[in-house]
Amino acid sequence: MGNRTIVPFGPQHPVLPEPIHLDLVLEDERVVEAIPRIGYIHRGLEKLVEKKDFQQYTFVAERICGICSFMHGMGYCMTIESIMQIEIPERAKFLRTIWAELSRMHSHILWLGLLADAFGFESLFMQSWKIREQILDIFEETTGGRVIFSVCDIGGVRKDISAETLQKIVGILEQVDKELKELTEVFLKDTSVKSRTKGVGVLSKQAAFDLGAVGPMAKASGVELDMRTQGYAAYGKLKFAPIIDTKGDCYARTKVRIKEIFQSIDLIKQCVELIPEGEIKVKVTGNPSGEYFTQIEQPRGEVVYYAKGNGSKFLDRMRVRTPTFANVPALLETLKGCSLADVPILILTIDPCISCTER
Amino acid sequence: MKFVKKSPWILHYDGSSCNGCDIEVLACLTPLYDVERFGIINTGNPKHADILLITGSVNEQNIPVVKQLYEQMAEPKVVAAIGICATSGGIFAECYNVVGGVDKVLPVDVYVPGCAARPEAIIDGVVKALAILEEKSKDARKKTGK
Repeated sequence: MGNRTIVPFGPQHPVLPEPIHLDLVLEDERVVEAIPRIGYIHRGLEKLVEKKDFQQYTFVAERICGICSFMHGMGYCMTIESIMQIEIPERAKFLRTIWAELSRMHSHILWLGLLADAFGFESLFMQSWKIREQILDIFEETTGGRVIFSVCDIGGVRKDISAETLQKIVGILEQVDKELKELTEVFLKDTSVKSRTKGVGVLSKQAAFDLGAVGPMAKASGVELDMRTQGYAAYGKLKFAPIIDTKGDCYARTKVRIKEIFQSIDLIKQCVELIPEGEIKVKVTGNPSGEYFTQIEQPRGEVVYYAKGNGSKFLDRMRVRTPTFANVPALLETLKGCSLADVPILILTIDPCISCTER
Repeated sequence: MKFVKKSPWILHYDGSSCNGCDIEVLACLTPLYDVERFGIINTGNPKHADILLITGSVNEQNIPVVKQLYEQMAEPKVVAAIGICATSGGIFAECYNVVGGVDKVLPVDVYVPGCAARPEAIIDGVVKALAILEEKSKDARKKTGK
């Protein structure tokens, strides 16, 4: 047995866009244990419900995280709508699905870039982010914002997408599809990339289930867990099946995410075909009274919203369980026994979103 | 851009932002905006950096981290606050764990507001920071007489 050394990792580290601290206990080059410390970006969002009323809070909910901003807004709105028993128009449901799937695409492509950066493949990082800009352009054209668009509102959505723009989006997505096929080929077939991801950080199906992993982390280990199958928004009317892999290593997680990008393109195309005409918003009167749990599928996995209203403008309690928080125990499990050089890749492989986690 | 004597390297730290400004800072480095054409590179090492970009407000937990990063940077150095949270606290100003803008702990030279700050605005802010950096190095040269 070698000497034990503790190497601090973070909070400021070149591969991490966000601060998280890990104390890595090493025996020679092997990691024996990883002790996390979070709290560098805790803001205390949940308590803000006491100061912002339930309609203003939509904007706060969108700013839980800048990457899956739309999904956070949607999850919060769905919770409040369920409490107030508001049935939103069909068109709004489809529009929400389109934006949600575009968000998933942009998040996964962003992650692919960061992964490439983590193993030092700079040009692959640049290429991924170049493709991602096209999706941000769609956001900018349809909502006015690049990352935070404030388009979701309680009772529906604020902006409509015209039929021509929808066709244009499909055209852009076909182009993106072509470019992505070329790009993802590198991730899946390149020898140097495979040597960094194949067989690294294996998480067994049982471990993934026991540790409560969610999203691509669980799916890559063979746990079929996709909240979209519950059929919220317009997902009930679309044809799709959760993407599963059984290997449970970094390569499998990359593969699951890549397949999800193409699945999103397919889902958006289905939405464009099925979207009905009509209103996009219903009027909201009164205040929420009661409580409700909502689960939705974010790019990183299942997110749980809980809200409790007391009949006044201000909610009593608001709680968010975010996917990265659920994936941290699984991350610590995969870190045990890995080599120090693989730590950045393993941390990125859960697609960490620290600002979600700490809120 | 004639006045730039050296390629400025940036160090990015996420205070307690929502990620929105972080990914926009990273987007500046990628092909569409490509700040590398000005010689700007994102570095992870504070000792190599000239410009510190901070996104998000400061809180009790990260004040020591932010201060340490600033102290490790070599003179002359410039601090840019990216996004409305780093400027004043923004929408989170009322949160119990938010102390306020970055200027509560560090001397900030450039403020870039926006939620999220657009890449064009960030690049503009960095270019403004370059002018301040040049000014500061001139002062330093005068003091040392070199």
